[in-house]
Amino acid sequence: MSLLQVDDLTVHFRIRRGLGKKSIDTVHAVDDVSFAITEGETLALVGESGCGKSTAARAVLQLVKPTAGTIRFLGTDLTDLSSRQRRKVMRDAQVVFQDPYSSLNPRMTVHDLVAEPLRAQAHMSGRELEARVLSMLEMVGLGTQHLWRRSHEFSGGQCQRIAIARALALDPRLVVLDEPTSALDVSVQARILVLLDDLQRRLGLTYLFIAHDLAVVESMAHSLAVMYLGRIVEQGPAREIFGAPRHPYTVALLRSSPSPDPEERGTMKVLEGDVPSAVKPPEGCRFNPRCPFRMDVCTTECPQPHAVGGHLVSCHLPDDFDTRATGSVVLV
Amino acid sequence: MDELLRVRGLKLQFRSMRGVVKALDGVDICVHDREILGLVGESGCGKTITGLAILGLLQKPQAEITGGEISYRGQDLLAKSDREMQDLRGREISMVFQDPLASLNPVFQVGHQIEDVVRIHKGVSRRESRETARRAFAEVGLPATDEMLKRYPHQFSGGMRQRVCMAMALACGSPLLIADEPTTALDVTIQAQILNLLLRLREELGVAQVIITHNVGVAAQTCDRIAVMYAGSVVEEGPVVEVLSRPRHPYTIALYECLPHGHTASELKTIPGTVPDLITPPTGCRFHPRCKHVLEVCPTAKPQPVQVGDRHWVSCFWATGQTDGADSEAAS
Repeated sequence: MSLLQVDDLTVHFRIRRGLGKKSIDTVHAVDDVSFAITEGETLALVGESGCGKSTAARAVLQLVKPTAGTIRFLGTDLTDLSSRQRRKVMRDAQVVFQDPYSSLNPRMTVHDLVAEPLRAQAHMSGRELEARVLSMLEMVGLGTQHLWRRSHEFSGGQCQRIAIARALALDPRLVVLDEPTSALDVSVQARILVLLDDLQRRLGLTYLFIAHDLAVVESMAHSLAVMYLGRIVEQGPAREIFGAPRHPYTVALLRSSPSPDPEERGTMKVLEGDVPSAVKPPEGCRFNPRCPFRMDVCTTECPQPHAVGGHLVSCHLPDDFDTRATGSVVLV
Repeated sequence: MDELLRVRGLKLQFRSMRGVVKALDGVDICVHDREILGLVGESGCGKTITGLAILGLLQKPQAEITGGEISYRGQDLLAKSDREMQDLRGREISMVFQDPLASLNPVFQVGHQIEDVVRIHKGVSRRESRETARRAFAEVGLPATDEMLKRYPHQFSGGMRQRVCMAMALACGSPLLIADEPTTALDVTIQAQILNLLLRLREELGVAQVIITHNVGVAAQTCDRIAVMYAGSVVEEGPVVEVLSRPRHPYTIALYECLPHGHTASELKTIPGTVPDLITPPTGCRFHPRCKHVLEVCPTAKPQPVQVGDRHWVSCFWATGQTDGADSEAAS
């Protein structure tokens, strides 16, 4: 059963020229996005900056108000809840952000950072609280010697562990991981990924994983949704999409990330052009200005998701079209 | 191939409030004509400092070079006056930085900024310098129109800004470009465009490069040779295919195994411990406290580079089978 079900989620932001003035434009941050996550699994939302992956996650967490669409979490529709009811439900959805130095209050000790959600939501105190804080820290690989320090005394990796302990303190069912390792060095990244994977197995957690690094996503995700300029272009089981990507953008994304394997020199490809503005997204398929296989229909009609193999693709190209030729080969 | 740049045994320290930071501890690299060298390592390993030291860009009383030599085409760069270095920067050796928005002046048109560089170095007329700027724009794949040259930095996208920085760096025909994390601030599809541009500049203009990066993939796909740095020293250097497919130094091996490329999170390996504080660096080999092959000699002597293959050098007692370290002590 799906723990989280998002249907036709749309988030638009108005741009105003000044406070109280009329809005002049709209940013189409997320448009008609639908996805679901099975309990105990990881869904990765991938894409480049400005594709709407973080906005979609923030809408799931009720941090931004969706313009349209429904979000069902644990069987409850979040759209028509009172704020009190929402607070109760959202206890089961927590978040870890990219930059732990800005997401952890620098004036609070590690103890207080982890105790805060327990006091506020679970009304814990005294010995019970102390025991819980300590067991959370141990779970992420920290100990009593760290309890009374503040975040500036820790390295980036340790701070991210504190942020994870804080997010898991209330025993949530869903954890949104918004680029949790992007600010870290590779050796530290590996340790955080191992920790997250281990916690998922032990606690049966469900992850909504936001990332731009495809290698990281490949190591973590069960299923995958690739976003471009506010829309999902391809989604399905991660293994299948990595093995046989269909949408030209997915192919381009996979081929443009440099592989550390020297045997794969010369397989990298370049997709020309820049991502257009989300204020005036292109008509039809939003990828059409950069797509090497653009047809007339692509500039007028928005492609609807349809099943190819075991996953969904939003593209007008015939299902048997060979998209592997996307992009030009990089010199070596 | 002629040797363009050679750094030998470079040692550098910074004065800080907490004490003397021994930032570089014997860096050896060389770059030949038309060659691309990758300087790879994690945060704080000294790769950027090495680049800045080559260009004489480190602030003098705080940063002090305590040993070693830097020579460019047979000239000793450390013996040059500030005035001579200023003349050399931008004409012989240029640098581009990670954040192009921070390295461009926001209040001047980009065309003007490039023309200034050309006029200062070549003493040509305004008209001639404009022509040079236009040519530089074309070389880096930007439309060479007046409209583009008259734009301000904020009117470009991230990838285009990095191209502007490269146009400025190459406008005077520098044979050597030092690129410090040139694609780290960019999205993957844009990163691929910039990497392709770097390779094209070598192909068409013969520009030799030092690419400083934390991303092993970037180095694997673009460089001819790589030098892996850890805590202020080059631990391994050689042809990129050789070093990455047959790494010899325990740090290179561990770093490569941390990469999530094609592995699930549960298969990832990690490096125990953390990067050392360089005010009190470990004695002997600076990697020894984290190394799983540590020998008795490692904490007492610093390993010197030993050739282990065709142009492949490693500084490690374990990898080179020297168990007594006698040669090294004599050498240092």
